[in-house]
Amino acid sequence: MLKRTPYDVVVVGAGVVGAACAYYAARSGLKVAVVDRGPVAGGTTGAGEGNLLVSDKEPGPELDLALLSTRLWRELAEEFGARVEYEPKGGLVVATRPAGTDLLHGLAAQQRAVGVEALPVAADELRTLEPHLAEGLPGGYLYPQDAQVQPALAAAHLLRASGADRYLGEAVTGLLRGPGGSVTGVVTGRRELAAPAVVNAAGTWGGELAALAGVRLPVLPRRGFVLVTEPLPRIVRHKVYAADYVADVASGSADLQSSAVVEGTPAGPVLIGASRERVGFDRTLDPGVLHRLAAQAAALFPVLRTVQVQRAYRGFRPYLPDHLPAIGPDARVPGLHHACGHEGAGIGLAPATGLLVSRRLLGEEPELDLAPFRPERFEGAERLEDAEGES
Amino acid sequence: MDPLDLVGAEPGPARTILFDGRAVSALPGQTLAAALWADGVLAWRTTRRGGRPRGAFCGIGQCFDCLATVNGRPNQRLCLLPAEHGDTVTTQEGHGRADLEV
Amino acid sequence: MPTSKSEPSGGRRGRCYDLAVIGAGPAGLAAADAAAGLGLRVALVDAGSRPGGQYYRHPAPELGAARPEKLHHGWAAFARLRARLAARPLVDHLPGHHVWAAEAGVPGDEERPWRLHATRGPGAGDRATVLARAVLLATGAHERHLPFPGWTLPGVVTAGGAQAVLKSSLALPGRRIVVAGSGPLLLAAASSLVSAGAEVPAIVEATSYLGYARGLPVLAGNPGKLAEGAAHGARLLRHGVRLRRSSAVVEAHGTDRVTAVTVARLDARWKPVPGSERRIACDALAIGHGLVPQIELATELGAATVTGPDGAVALAVDAEQRTSVPGLWAAGETCGVGGADLALAEGVLAAHAVAGRPAPARERAVRRRRRAFAALMAAAHAPGPDWTGWVTDDTDVCRCEEVPAGEVRAAVAELGAGDARTVKLLTRAGMGWCQGRMCGPAVACLSGGGAGRPDGRPLSCPVPLAQLADPGPESGPA
Repeated sequence: MLKRTPYDVVVVGAGVVGAACAYYAARSGLKVAVVDRGPVAGGTTGAGEGNLLVSDKEPGPELDLALLSTRLWRELAEEFGARVEYEPKGGLVVATRPAGTDLLHGLAAQQRAVGVEALPVAADELRTLEPHLAEGLPGGYLYPQDAQVQPALAAAHLLRASGADRYLGEAVTGLLRGPGGSVTGVVTGRRELAAPAVVNAAGTWGGELAALAGVRLPVLPRRGFVLVTEPLPRIVRHKVYAADYVADVASGSADLQSSAVVEGTPAGPVLIGASRERVGFDRTLDPGVLHRLAAQAAALFPVLRTVQVQRAYRGFRPYLPDHLPAIGPDARVPGLHHACGHEGAGIGLAPATGLLVSRRLLGEEPELDLAPFRPERFEGAERLEDAEGES
Repeated sequence: MDPLDLVGAEPGPARTILFDGRAVSALPGQTLAAALWADGVLAWRTTRRGGRPRGAFCGIGQCFDCLATVNGRPNQRLCLLPAEHGDTVTTQEGHGRADLEV
Repeated sequence: MPTSKSEPSGGRRGRCYDLAVIGAGPAGLAAADAAAGLGLRVALVDAGSRPGGQYYRHPAPELGAARPEKLHHGWAAFARLRARLAARPLVDHLPGHHVWAAEAGVPGDEERPWRLHATRGPGAGDRATVLARAVLLATGAHERHLPFPGWTLPGVVTAGGAQAVLKSSLALPGRRIVVAGSGPLLLAAASSLVSAGAEVPAIVEATSYLGYARGLPVLAGNPGKLAEGAAHGARLLRHGVRLRRSSAVVEAHGTDRVTAVTVARLDARWKPVPGSERRIACDALAIGHGLVPQIELATELGAATVTGPDGAVALAVDAEQRTSVPGLWAAGETCGVGGADLALAEGVLAAHAVAGRPAPARERAVRRRRRAFAALMAAAHAPGPDWTGWVTDDTDVCRCEEVPAGEVRAAVAELGAGDARTVKLLTRAGMGWCQGRMCGPAVACLSGGGAGRPDGRPLSCPVPLAQLADPGPESGPA
């Protein structure tokens, strides 16, 4: 008989989303366990850039989530600050061709209507903000709310501050079930963790955990590569990216699409990311992807042509077919809650997700309407992901 | 006995490199790191964080401890670069890219 | 063997080599020679400027060395091999090529050969892509290091590095050089240093060497190894060099350069014995704890690995030196550190396998004997579990990012890290220029997770961004 320890909630996943769920649940007074088959930040979180972006989102549920998160990250920064390398540096979105400025004006107008701060930057002001930016770019927008954290540190410190019991390196092999098929805990190779609620924050493996509960959650991986330069002085002050990026995020195309997001880090290296490909969990390096990232970064910041790329890393973003995460209780299985499928925005959206999940765990009214994030919304839309061209 | 005696080396005329403005002699075929060692110089870089002195460690291009600025180009591995007449080696402070500061 | 220094424009786009050998040390040279002898068109792709790798590293021709063999065990074998290769028109030697990624080909598909992406220098045009039907990874090994207070001082160098600079550039890091760590390389390095005129006040070896006693039959089957050891031993004895066994340098002293070391006796678990410390004055210290295979080009492709008795991770290969990746072979230290004779034999065996010829018996026998010796050696010099005791919290473990041991320990104790990768993410240990080559084994030990499976590494070495941005021409044989 495996040892059984009772909790109020078991969070599956020690990435930044799981850590945020644990943090807000524990702060609400719940007794929390976090279990992960790997270490803290071992999945997508550890391969992330730490983007806290509102600028790349069109008005809608995800932007609402991002705006809430922006506020929460500011609060968290007061608690964690430099330890998680929080930098409210702002994002600078630039147009690479004159037609792009119209696209930016249109998007910014919509975003401002829902509370995003977006300041137009004229062509001749761009290089005041970013002195190394290429000459001749037609203009852009500054988004002061965009910020950055170091994702692994963010996850580790949130998890530590939660005071949750950590069961790392233990894969969940099954779920405890109660009357009416409800989920009442998890089984690992070493123990049972009993709780009236289980939160699925398993990232790219979220679909597998849902399957253990007998329900379908079509989480798919979307691969990305990030280039890391040699340590440099602060040659890039904001998160800087080309306008095309917005179209990329919303795209459902299976083709490679990449737009370099270029940013400095407190540690020195400049990060250049990230490509977006739907190739399953294929880890194979495609040098063509690195070429596009490097070429686009150099087009934005010609000075980068003089530096060395020290390393590159890859990750897999967990996404759902409509590019929105699954957040909240699963109507199909009592006791099962979801917090996964944030694609490339998980670091940014983690606090809001954690807060909303903990609200529902306590039966409180959440800050946002969770309807767009209903985990069961793909019922009846069988093979939706196939219809979108996943090969 | 010294290394040249051991292998019966008869190198051609020495080359002169400049290390932080000082003339240092280098045998043809020697790397910049070796020429500096032979001159008694063990450090030609200071670290980014602690400002600590560093020089060659692994000697074969893998540790990147022997980085210095050579002929104006920062982050060069002195253990890999053959010394050429007139090479200018400058002790590199930190990342060596202060020229890019804005 | 034509050497192509310039733009490999002699190569023709669209055609590809039968075999690309990465690394021109013993394994790579032997493989290239044997493969060409079997009629294969070979590219010998090497980061070094002259063939030989680390083991056969030799003085630059401009130094006019009349007796290079004085710094070499096995020089004659190298000289023969080099002469044979020079007469082989089927081998293109591509020196100065740092391969940053190997893109796997599809075996049997002429349209999709292997692509080796290499950087040849700092300029935008210094990129090269070599096409081949098969690849042999003969990238050798690099040294393993265990940190101690003061190991970042100038004048503290690696044992292999001191030897390499001596062999290629005829220079020494000091005049009075303590040699410390563990493994047979220490004897070889000390032997070279004293012949070249340095004083070696002590060789400090962490093991008792009793580990070899367990393998007497293996030793008996490898008389060459004993002879090599005896030759070093005799020379060291002649120079009055003292071998201190079961001892370690637990601290290097000095402010801007090393001026002395503290040596302590170790118990069987490598814990320093209190009160046993003694100080030895020196102006340089050469350190090393054996070698670890350099295999990131293969692990990035998902090649299967095996963990040796000393915790070092090597490529898993079959009897024909095939890795688990179709079209990728490995030979020499990449399959587990075992020395030059083993590497030469495995290079020949791999070449035969690639050419579809039966394996020659002599090389098979050498491989069998030498692999047994390698396992014995790895077990005898495996770091004891308590070496971390001499690493004070303020000792930098990661030299590049200057991450002290205390931060690594805090990441484990407070933030829940339990393996090297998580420690890296939380502390930056292993994230710097060398990509963890220097601190990797130490960080793995301090994080309690063991070496584990190496991380994938899309770029195996730094690449000028301009070269990534502007893909260069692809080349095959002329």
